[in-house]
Amino acid sequence: MVNRMELLKLIKNNAKLCPREIAVMLGTTEEDVQAELKALSDEGIILGYTTQINWEKTEKESVIAMIEVKLSPMRNRGYDHIANLLCKYDKVASCYLVSGDYDLMLIYEDDNLREVASFVSEKIAPLEGVLSTKTHFILKKYKIDGIVSDRNDNDDRQTVIL
Amino acid sequence: MDYSDKISDVVKKVPPSAIRRFFDLANEMKDVISLSIGEPDFVTPWNVREAGINSLVDGYTHYSPNAGYIDSRKAISKYISDRYGVDYDPNGEILITVGGSEGLDLVARALINPGDEVIIVEPCFVAYKATVAFAHGVPVVVETKPENDFKLQPEELEAKITDKTKYIILGYPSNPTGAIMTKEDLSKIRDVLLKHPDIFVISDELYAELNYVEDKPSSLVQFEDIKDRVIMINGFSKSFAMTGWRLGYVLGNRSLVAAVTKIHQYCIMCSPSMSQFAIIDALKNGLSYVDEMKDEYNHRRRVIIQGLKDAGLECFTPSGAFYAFPSIKGLGLSSEEFCETFLREKHVAIVPGNAFGECGEGYVRISYAASMESINTAMERLAEFVKELKEGKYNA
Ligand SMILES: Cc1ncc(COP(=O)(O)O)c(C=O)c1O
Repeated sequence: MVNRMELLKLIKNNAKLCPREIAVMLGTTEEDVQAELKALSDEGIILGYTTQINWEKTEKESVIAMIEVKLSPMRNRGYDHIANLLCKYDKVASCYLVSGDYDLMLIYEDDNLREVASFVSEKIAPLEGVLSTKTHFILKKYKIDGIVSDRNDNDDRQTVIL
Repeated sequence: MDYSDKISDVVKKVPPSAIRRFFDLANEMKDVISLSIGEPDFVTPWNVREAGINSLVDGYTHYSPNAGYIDSRKAISKYISDRYGVDYDPNGEILITVGGSEGLDLVARALINPGDEVIIVEPCFVAYKATVAFAHGVPVVVETKPENDFKLQPEELEAKITDKTKYIILGYPSNPTGAIMTKEDLSKIRDVLLKHPDIFVISDELYAELNYVEDKPSSLVQFEDIKDRVIMINGFSKSFAMTGWRLGYVLGNRSLVAAVTKIHQYCIMCSPSMSQFAIIDALKNGLSYVDEMKDEYNHRRRVIIQGLKDAGLECFTPSGAFYAFPSIKGLGLSSEEFCETFLREKHVAIVPGNAFGECGEGYVRISYAASMESINTAMERLAEFVKELKEGKYNA
């Protein structure tokens, strides 16, 4: 038997672990881990495995914007229709329905400011039901999905402590 | 001028650590993977650190009452009641100390008359024997063995009891073996104690929260009929990853706590005030962190057990603390030779078992208070090393 939550926590922090390693860590068999991973995928709980990359340290030029979108809900379809439409764009990395002053929060990645601006003015603003948008450009990433970007990993402990 | 002969006999008589040479070597070498560290690799949880910082911001920079702030004692009392199901009065039955270490020393000084015997269960934490000797007591050793899962056997304990026996020091979950004593194991020790009504027990429970088979700590204090003769030494170093804060506590019968408080009052005054504020938060909000750290240790523990199996080393399955204590017998090297050669050849530091008592010879202590990455690499190198040893590569 595999403890589902324990397994999820483990691979949330390190998606690179292979089933054999996971099996040892959880005190179970490789077969059980594989079966559970498959079940989690089938049930739509595990959506995929990605890598956290600090693009700022590469030569790739890119900008990330957080775009607030205010909507008027559409009859019978609520906000889902527009949200689903916006999700069709590959450069929309995330899309959330949120409470507060606006309704959708998009995380949008593109090559430069101009591209972001044209996405907002040409693709979002004209949509029926969109009342207004507000775009925030990300200037610096301090922490991404639980990972602090400037980590201090030094171990100041003595070599031997009884 | 050489003053070494001016040092008191009792201090002179305590030998320096058995593994001094190994220590020096390990500390000199660069790029060493260390599985030889008896303290958590985790940094203290942020909310606990913040509570310490806030106490400074608020100006709590003075002495606390001798026994510790009442709010800190109340927090400890509540925690022990929740986790052990045993009650201690914050007024008079709890003393906050500078780590569990101070507690061990205080108890020795409070209880021992010169020549009194103290039973020590080896292999064990190095301070037990020394604190007894410094207090003019006579350490009497009971050895534990892997065939008994390194648990204290009641008949072996009883065989060492004389009319000079003052107390027994029991340290489970164990540094260095990782052994635990369950409630059932302890009940047999309690039977021995019931036959000897003058003997006390010092129960060192520093690792109590790091128990991978029981959900709640088991302790001799949970037996109502002997509770009064058990002094619990506990603290925050291991379970809350707070070694540098130097905070622990002593719990016990009112008269005994009054006696240790008397020594503490003159020798220490009070434990660090900032740390006392931090532990209130640790006990209030920190237990979920303890669980998280414990899960992580447990993963590493299993990786170590598998790694030792793959390397072909025999090891009893540790259930607590963050140590494994495999046997290296039959490989032609003493514990110290094994660790020294392993360090020189593979750049991995582990601790020779004889550091924890003579019966630790033939074993090594491997700490898994290290990152999974370090553990994986160290285990690969250990397997290589054992294989090479068996092929006779390091024969003198
Ligand atoms: C078994 C045991 N008891 C007590 C201590 C002392 O801990 P502290 O003084 O940090 O509370 C240690 C530290 O290594 C230990 O391993």
